[in-house]
Amino acid sequence: MDLAKMFVNMFVSNGFIGAMIIVGLVTMLAYKIAGLTKGRIHGSAIAIFFGLVLAYIGGITTGGHKGFASIPMFAGMGFMGGGMMRDFAIVSTAFGADLREIKKCGVPGVLSIFIGIFTSFVIGAGLAYLWGYNDVVSMATIGAGVVTFVVGPVTGAALGASSDVIAISIAAGVVKSVLVMIMTPLVAKMVGLDNPQSAMMFGGLMGTTSGTAAGMAAVDPKLVPYAAMTATFYTGTGCLLCPSLFYLVLNMMVG
Amino acid sequence: MAIYGVALLSACMFAGVFLGDVLGGLLGVKANVGGVGFAMLFLILLTNRGIDKGWLKSKSQEGIAFWGAMYIPIVVAMSSIQDVVAALAGGPLAVLGGVLGVAVAFAFIPVLTKMGSKTPAVEQSKK
Repeated sequence: MDLAKMFVNMFVSNGFIGAMIIVGLVTMLAYKIAGLTKGRIHGSAIAIFFGLVLAYIGGITTGGHKGFASIPMFAGMGFMGGGMMRDFAIVSTAFGADLREIKKCGVPGVLSIFIGIFTSFVIGAGLAYLWGYNDVVSMATIGAGVVTFVVGPVTGAALGASSDVIAISIAAGVVKSVLVMIMTPLVAKMVGLDNPQSAMMFGGLMGTTSGTAAGMAAVDPKLVPYAAMTATFYTGTGCLLCPSLFYLVLNMMVG
Repeated sequence: MAIYGVALLSACMFAGVFLGDVLGGLLGVKANVGGVGFAMLFLILLTNRGIDKGWLKSKSQEGIAFWGAMYIPIVVAMSSIQDVVAALAGGPLAVLGGVLGVAVAFAFIPVLTKMGSKTPAVEQSKK
């Protein structure tokens, strides 16, 4: 009886279940470490960073292009993190957004979402161009990655970007998310982040839900829902605009 | 029943993705145009309506909320299957993109807050 082989086979034939165990363990470890930083860095950001580390390990050890899922035993991660589950989970986050609350937030609140997405996209696409990624699909994907680490891969998948470009877009979004967590408490006073209205602007401009939720929690927990509310819309609006209007305009300018 | 909520969520996703595909076809971009965004919009409209009218019971809402809670874990799994090895070649690009994105966004907060506090003041002076 080959116990090791039986164990590996269990993972291979129940890939999705194994993936949930791994992600659960990674998340637990990440939140433990987040606790040590006294909540300055949110657990979700550390967990995502660990995900990228696993992807690196998988890529280095196998030479494959599917990150951690390149290891046959962990191929189930490819299902859990694949396009179907990702889009499904993103759509579900829209639940809980209250239209009446949104209406209260007014023109500057709506404007903040568009300004946030537009400036991020332009910065990302511009930098991508300077770095030599001068095809429109890569520029749009990296630009969308600066929008958030969700909008990047959604845009990349829709436009057919290569996996390394999608990985850059996720990395850019993760950097942004972590920076928002760290910087928010430090600059809160300077930019006048002390009331519900400015919290809504903040959520709309930054967009990264995990980043804004953790950052605002460190400033004033009462302001978290206001920032999170506009941030929820940011990702959806980004997913709507980046692979469509922004891509088409970029295509006209560059392509 | 939780499945009612999950089914509603799934139907919203299909409606959005289908609309995105159709829009992509009409625009000739061979891509799904904003499908996920449309799906989110449908879900917001339908869940708000369902809760107001009372046909979306709390058990059904739990079904949707569960998948909302799985959002970050799925993003963790998603990040673990990316071609990070290839992306590291563009490492500074990712860092610089993130830094500039945050810096510019922070700079806009005071601008928009001022705009927000001015708008009601203008309305008041009109009255």
